[in-house]
Amino acid sequence: MTTVDIASARPRLRPGRWLTGIVLALVVLRIAWFLVDNPRFEWSVVGEYLFDPNVLKGLGMSLLLTVLGMTLGSLLGVVLAAGQLSDFAPVRWASTGYVGLFRGIPPLVQLIFWYNLAYLAPTIAGWDTNDLITPLTAAIIGLSLHEAAYMAEIVRAGILAVDPGQRDAAKAMGFGAAQTFTRVVLPQAMRVIIPPTGSQFISLLKGTSLVSVIAMADLLHSVQVIYNVTYKVVPMLLVACVWYLVVVTVLSLGQQRLERHFGQGHQL
Amino acid sequence: MKPVLQAVRVRKRFGDHQALDGVDLSVEEGEVVVVIGPSGSGKSTLVRCLHQLTPIDGGAMYLDGELLGHAVHRGHLRPLSEAAITKQRRRMGMVFQQFHLFPHWTVLRNLTEAPVRVHGVAPAAARDRALALLERVGLGERANAYPRQLSGGQQQRVAIARALATDPRIMFFDEPTSALDPELVDEVLAVMRDLARSGMTMVVVTHEMAFAREVADRCVFMDRGRIVETGPPAQIFGAPRSPRLRAFLSRFTGPSEVPLDA
Repeated sequence: MTTVDIASARPRLRPGRWLTGIVLALVVLRIAWFLVDNPRFEWSVVGEYLFDPNVLKGLGMSLLLTVLGMTLGSLLGVVLAAGQLSDFAPVRWASTGYVGLFRGIPPLVQLIFWYNLAYLAPTIAGWDTNDLITPLTAAIIGLSLHEAAYMAEIVRAGILAVDPGQRDAAKAMGFGAAQTFTRVVLPQAMRVIIPPTGSQFISLLKGTSLVSVIAMADLLHSVQVIYNVTYKVVPMLLVACVWYLVVVTVLSLGQQRLERHFGQGHQL
Repeated sequence: MKPVLQAVRVRKRFGDHQALDGVDLSVEEGEVVVVIGPSGSGKSTLVRCLHQLTPIDGGAMYLDGELLGHAVHRGHLRPLSEAAITKQRRRMGMVFQQFHLFPHWTVLRNLTEAPVRVHGVAPAAARDRALALLERVGLGERANAYPRQLSGGQQQRVAIARALATDPRIMFFDEPTSALDPELVDEVLAVMRDLARSGMTMVVVTHEMAFAREVADRCVFMDRGRIVETGPPAQIFGAPRSPRLRAFLSRFTGPSEVPLDA
């Protein structure tokens, strides 16, 4: 019997892969050609309005609302997650009730509700509600409270994913309840929390387009104002799409870095 | 001599399972007590209760004469707050079967975090002490590794050093070698042997009978939540009195080595 050395073997023939690759390349080329060849996209108009001051102002407002909504929502979400895992039943019920309520009501309805709060409560702690609830504060409150309900669920799942032995070890080392949570449990839960939070961030960015109903000038609203005058609907929507995609791409890169940071000690 | 740790008629129930059924145990300063017994006999529950990781249902435990977990407040005996229990726990060290090192910190930080954050030790001093402890368990050069980069035996040695970093009055070991590959057991036992010789007060739950025989000042045999027999290793292994202990030991040594008429 002759012996062979499989180190000298050639790659396996895989014609199916070649075929799939060619089909995919053709599809991509066709779509690219459609975008370039079709004059109705009016790319020159897109370029003209991409850095229009009103568009940039709208973009800035969308980013501000996203960052504020996410920050406040995450902070409240962590508190709610801890509340849902509390061993004190009333706190657990209150937290679970909050999440059920605010996850169940569409954010659009919440925005309108907060904006019209003065109708139900003309004064809050001696202040005139109409002075407190501007379109901006209504938007921030509505988006944050909605976001907090989702973040509570994400954080709760992250906390439950941490090995209970870690809590034992933290206790055994003499860490108090707060230190155990912030130094041992939460940093490890972050590995599980970050990926869905990234998606949440992105959907909140797109969700800020809802605030146009309470007269907030976000990115989508700013291009709408322009195409209502110029009738260049498609190119103006493309302007908004380009900016949404740019921001989402930057966010995704940031998410990768965060994942690497909190993966320390795990990527082996 | 006053005992460092004293347990009086300690009871613990999980559902309808009586895990500890009136355990009395007293540990003197510098004494090494090894707890043996079949699985499910309550050994691990006992050390978890002594360390207050699991609350007990009845009986009492004292550390240096101080009642653990409860105190008289407004004329009645009441449970202490979690913060007060944490304070008591800080005087005791624990080594777990599954190591439970903090995976997101380096080995060095695993050893320095509690002394710095909990005991208020200066970071530089904590670092020096941690490096000395790592040297002592033979891992001086792995200070900057992450736990998952180490073998099981190395991780357990780090866990022992971590528990020592807070200068505990007493150390508990909950089956410290049971999760290890057989060839890694000896390096961990060597560290524990060294610790016992240095005068540390230790309560060790283990299935390593040779270790118990060699290192223990006193052996405790538990079965069904009770301490069935206690005495020096020579008596426990050489002349076991209770039939249950004899049956238990026969599984390790073979029936012929155990004198049936003892």
